[in-house]
Amino acid sequence: MIESFFEYEFLQNAALTGVMIGFVAPLLGVFIVVRRLSLIADALSHITLTGIAASLLLEKKVTGLNNLNPVYMGMVFSVGGAVLIEQLRKVYKHYEELAIPIILSGGIGLGVILISLADGFNTDLFSYLFGSVTAVSRDNMWTVAIITAAVLVIVILFYKELFVLSFDEEHASISGVNGKWIHFLFIVMVALVIASAMQIVGILLVSALMTLPVAAALRIARSFKQTIVLSIVFGEVAVIFGLFSSYHLSVPPGGTIVMLAIIQLILAMGYKKIMAQKWLKGETA
Amino acid sequence: MQEDNLVEIENVSYKYERQYAVKDVNMTIKSGQFLGLVGPNGSGKSTLIKLMLGLIKPEEGKVRLFGQPLRQFKRWQDIGFVSQKASSFNSGFPATVLEVVRMGLVSKIGTFKFFHKHHKQKTIEALKTVDMEAYLHYNIGELSGGQQQRVFIARALVSDPKLLILDEPTVGVDAQHVAEFYHLLRKLNREKGITLLMVSHDIGTITEHATHVACINKTVHFHGDTQEYNEFDSEDLNHLYGHVVQQLSHNHPEVNER
Repeated sequence: MIESFFEYEFLQNAALTGVMIGFVAPLLGVFIVVRRLSLIADALSHITLTGIAASLLLEKKVTGLNNLNPVYMGMVFSVGGAVLIEQLRKVYKHYEELAIPIILSGGIGLGVILISLADGFNTDLFSYLFGSVTAVSRDNMWTVAIITAAVLVIVILFYKELFVLSFDEEHASISGVNGKWIHFLFIVMVALVIASAMQIVGILLVSALMTLPVAAALRIARSFKQTIVLSIVFGEVAVIFGLFSSYHLSVPPGGTIVMLAIIQLILAMGYKKIMAQKWLKGETA
Repeated sequence: MQEDNLVEIENVSYKYERQYAVKDVNMTIKSGQFLGLVGPNGSGKSTLIKLMLGLIKPEEGKVRLFGQPLRQFKRWQDIGFVSQKASSFNSGFPATVLEVVRMGLVSKIGTFKFFHKHHKQKTIEALKTVDMEAYLHYNIGELSGGQQQRVFIARALVSDPKLLILDEPTVGVDAQHVAEFYHLLRKLNREKGITLLMVSHDIGTITEHATHVACINKTVHFHGDTQEYNEFDSEDLNHLYGHVVQQLSHNHPEVNER
């Protein structure tokens, strides 16, 4: 892959996009997981599919739109879905998680209709579902770069506020933190990162990149900062080696990346167990 | 409006669904007081605290903090709050004691500004006040309930508040630590001049330590200093609680000191 990397533009696009996604997806994932919103990523990735289907349909049926890049429409739908989830969470105050299956099934339902109207399940769609090393265009890569930079700046600027909001909303409120606004900003970032990551890992597995590295980090880290750093390290390792093996094995990168993330998770759990036993032994000795 | 009125509550009412949780409450907390807010379960104590902090909006009436209408109030670093819920936070949250306590500085630091080294120093100082500085790098979930409670008090103290509000902070803390805890509160009130408002249903203990007492059951039944409270007709108190209340230890030496 190393030699091919300099030879083929598509590989550069995929690898560089992967590195960026491997960074921001777990970064936002940490906040998602500690706020117990893990499934939001799933709901948003499914509604991204609806956007892609809508784009494919428009491309087919409307003349003059034949060079539409489905990723952008996916992003629009993802952000729209994020806003809808927030609204639904307000309606069902006592059943906040209900917003997730509503958006998820609604997204898939509409998506299936749109896909069928666009005549079908082709290879394009397969790569959106499970990711692809060839799907990322140079334009897409630059879009992802802009999103990555924006997310990074916002998380650094609002780190305090995001942390307080995640830990306890009451305290955030009496710290003068505008929870509503920050939360909205956060969910929009999540929506954009999901639509970006989808090109590499695929819709069905994009939430894994936001949650599995965090799950592994949580087993080891003591502080919040450590959790963030370890999650990013695990995310990057999974993406880089996942893309590499995907290219060599000719399987979709979504599969290899997620399997690597799972292996890391198992190792992290094993590590925790060994450390706990060591500690016990030290106690009794 | 007086300068030293830290909290002013005027004719405040709040309803949950159709029932009033608090009705026509008037209350003023003056600088330097240690006010014990007592009342039976479901008497609206916690609701009143939430109203004071703007966590919920009153249906009627006005709340002023430090002389400013609640909506315009911005100096949140002047208020420290230890919630009843402190013991039921997500204990699996990956944060160290340092990270939790430093959180109390968020409003003082302000938007678009970052944590610095001297904030860590401030955090350690706050932890020293509650005797928890040895646990700086512990994960918050590793601590016992009582230790966590002290960490949350440190979080409330780290911004050097003028007013500290505690909502039943001794629930789930064993008797020995409760005594230590009151000792700490008195120290904060007398030596550091922090105004205290503490919610409690343990009317006996709180009246031994507080300078003022307010009894509420939806409305304010009594509000005055502890001396007056001790002379307060127990008939009225029985009426308030709806049953006979044990005679409380009057003339406690700590009360007489003042």
